Amino acid sequence: MLATPLPGGLFFGLDPGAARKAACPCGYPTAPAALIVPSCTSSKQKISSAQPKSFYESRFSIYDTPMINLKVNGKQLNLDVDPDTPLLWVLRETLALTGTKYGCGMALCGACTVHLNGEAIRSCVKRVADAAGKEITTIEGLALDLSHPLQKAWIEVDVPQCGYCQSGQIMSAAVLLSENPAPTDNDIDEAMTGNICRCGTYSRVRQAIHRAAEMKRSTT
Amino acid sequence: MSATEMKRRDFFKTGAALGGGLLLSLYIPEWVLADSVHEATPLTPSIPPFAPNAFVRIGTDNIVTVIVNKSEMGQGVYTSLPMLVAEELEADWSKVRYEPAPVDAAYNHPVFGIQMTGGSTSTASEWERFRQAGATARVMLIGAAAKNWKVDPASLRAENGYVINPASGARASFGSLAEVAATMTPPKDVPLKDPKDFKLIGKPTRRLDTPDKVNGAAQFGLDIAIPGMMTVLVARAPVFGGKVLSFNADKAKAVPGVKNVVQIPSGVAVIAKGFWPAKQGRDQLEISWDDGPNAALSTTGMREQYATLAKTPGLVARKVGDPTKALAGATKTITAEYEMPYLAHAAMEPLNCVVDLRSDRCEIWTGTQFQTGDRAAAAAAAGLKPEQVTIHTPLLGGGFGRRANPASDFVIEAVQVAKAAKAPVKVVWTREDDTRGGWYRPMWSDRFTGGIDEKGNPVAWTHTIVGQSIIAGTPFEGFLIKDGIDGTSVEGAADLLYGIPNLQVDLHTPKIGVPVLWWRSVGHSHNGFAVEAFFDELAHAGGKDPYELRRTLLADQPRMRVVLELAAQKGDWGKRLPAGRGRGIATHFSFSSYVAQVAEVSVDKQGAVRVHRMVCAVDCGRVVNPDTVKAQMEGGINFGLTAALKSEITLDRGRVQQRNFHDYQMLRINEAPEIEVYIVPSTEKPTGVGEPSVPPVAPAVANAIFAASGKRIRKLPILKVDLRG
Repeated sequence: MLATPLPGGLFFGLDPGAARKAACPCGYPTAPAALIVPSCTSSKQKISSAQPKSFYESRFSIYDTPMINLKVNGKQLNLDVDPDTPLLWVLRETLALTGTKYGCGMALCGACTVHLNGEAIRSCVKRVADAAGKEITTIEGLALDLSHPLQKAWIEVDVPQCGYCQSGQIMSAAVLLSENPAPTDNDIDEAMTGNICRCGTYSRVRQAIHRAAEMKRSTT
Repeated sequence: MSATEMKRRDFFKTGAALGGGLLLSLYIPEWVLADSVHEATPLTPSIPPFAPNAFVRIGTDNIVTVIVNKSEMGQGVYTSLPMLVAEELEADWSKVRYEPAPVDAAYNHPVFGIQMTGGSTSTASEWERFRQAGATARVMLIGAAAKNWKVDPASLRAENGYVINPASGARASFGSLAEVAATMTPPKDVPLKDPKDFKLIGKPTRRLDTPDKVNGAAQFGLDIAIPGMMTVLVARAPVFGGKVLSFNADKAKAVPGVKNVVQIPSGVAVIAKGFWPAKQGRDQLEISWDDGPNAALSTTGMREQYATLAKTPGLVARKVGDPTKALAGATKTITAEYEMPYLAHAAMEPLNCVVDLRSDRCEIWTGTQFQTGDRAAAAAAAGLKPEQVTIHTPLLGGGFGRRANPASDFVIEAVQVAKAAKAPVKVVWTREDDTRGGWYRPMWSDRFTGGIDEKGNPVAWTHTIVGQSIIAGTPFEGFLIKDGIDGTSVEGAADLLYGIPNLQVDLHTPKIGVPVLWWRSVGHSHNGFAVEAFFDELAHAGGKDPYELRRTLLADQPRMRVVLELAAQKGDWGKRLPAGRGRGIATHFSFSSYVAQVAEVSVDKQGAVRVHRMVCAVDCGRVVNPDTVKAQMEGGINFGLTAALKSEITLDRGRVQQRNFHDYQMLRINEAPEIEVYIVPSTEKPTGVGEPSVPPVAPAVANAIFAASGKRIRKLPILKVDLRG
């Protein structure tokens, strides 16, 4: 089964970095994540629509509720999901955007942080129906090509250890920087308190946020 | 080429073709598949032609792939082990990639004899082998160039991914030589570099896995999905050892998306289309449990039992001189009792395991630290031979020992679920399941009596330890339990470095029905606290400065003494602090590494503790990646602070009382101190890095609290202790 690659299959294990680079001339992977990232402009790999009409027109919702209209990383999607499902699981399971992590399910750890209309929210406690019609940005939508100042700073400072919480850390930090271009340590602590890192990378998180703020200021 | 080499090479080729840990396609949602514009991309990369050993592959594209037999759980092995290969290979570091190893005897731990990651041993145990792997490949590449150029190999050298002929100026990239190199006979015992020639080892090097961890590309176990896969949540017994008496799944099955509900040995499994329906379904289950023999277990009761045991000597783990006589003749004696709770590992990625079980094979994806054991356990559960079971090791969202369980609990259960589900499954543990799932760091009680002479010098030290064995009943019993003493229960206590002339360390090992396991720094995690906090008490009882007394009693321990002096100097030991602030110092030797820390703490009138600064000095032998050593010290300190200040697993009527991060709390960024790390330069062999920074944290903080407030901390977590002025 696994020996037969599916179209658009994700690489696993070999070197996701190399796979990502190899998959598409523009540098974006031919992974589900890419399908809702609008930045890919290579015509050959371009996805005509993330919304295959034939698939959806032929069936009714099993939930007896209207389809949910979501805008994720700039793409409009109509999804047939239980409206009470937390946004986290729709992102991870329905859309295969697995960069957003499950850590607690109670908005206690911040691993599931995404942006909803520019605000950092915990997607594990957000009903998908309540996210309908709003702009959702996940870590994959921040910048897959690592061009965001926070990503550059995270790499420069080598923040992650296991890495599991880092999508959430970065998404929280992104909102902080959009509201406060020069945060102090106290500002950082306040904004980042909801994001637990069990590996204990906190001092590097602080350092990297300062560094990203610096980069952002120097380019604007 | 020998038969073994041939076999090994075939192993790689076959592995690549079958996707054996190298490559696999993941489940793609239907809406993506339905999109016909989406063009299939060839997924099979060219198989690197040059695979001189189990650890190195070089492709015609010049990419050097290092196959890493250690699980990456944050400790940086996907960078530090490739550095060892690259150093001897003379590789171009920008061309070096990592790949997780499949399960194979070739990847067994050179000391433990199985494939596993733990004991802070990855660099120490692979220090020779990975460099040898790189050196062998280099000699073969040089041999290939010599053959092509018809020159003496001795006249050539390798540098930055090329073989160079200094005489002619000719250069050939490793990739261009890969095919010819593959025909060369691997040399034996290639001499390794003189460390003074190291170009990469010892230099701060950015981690290879960071880019994928900042854009969502990194794949953890929980991110794996395969075609046809069901998501499963298991309702497990609320009491350890409990069994299902009966259950009613009618309401659970009525939840849209729930496909089936089945009983398995550990409980009732809800098989569903995704996490949410599985969770909704599990919430709707009605189960009647037989609580079994542990129904009355409570922390309070166990504490009483442990305290009683601690008052009598246990099995003697170490005896020096005559402590009874020395105590009788001491000018002053003090006795103190210490308590430490059960602790959950609480990795950010809750446990999970993907299983695709077929009649003749089983494929597993799980973040494990324990491949050989898990494979054998999965095979037994599936009724297969170990070689019919494949284990893929994605990234681990933290391990801390929980993912190295000799009982293979989460793997066996997932295989049992797959058997019952008759479909590929992903068993997911919720945070609550993870917190309440057992396999904790044991609960401990420690009782000390110390004696000092008229000059205030310690002359006697007795230490009775009470706690469960993590090794009893595991395959490690044979070499870790001697004469009834689990070495991991007394590590960091029986091997006390301080020169105290009369000493006894003894152990009681009660049998309790709570499953226990190693937890970052294992026995040191509790002995480090108890020993170093009591040492502080003894120093104060004798009117000695705790730093100076340590220094004096480490006269025969030059490496620890250097580390201690460095920490004290950098940590401003002896300098004045405002009222309400204090410094504490602690040392600890574990995993063959020496660590000392100075904590700076304040305690306010309301009893609130704040750790402001932690200064850490470490001697871990020769350092491969200094930045990783620094990161591990920083991380270990915050991990140690969580345990020192906040965490505690308790039981009442057999039930674990904590559930999630609100009642099993983690240190957060606003509580994280400034951390400074100083590495003692060393030419000794590399030693442990992942764990040794944890043990000194709690005692350094507790000793600082005493300095700040005059109150002794003898019980963890500190936040449960009343420190109001």
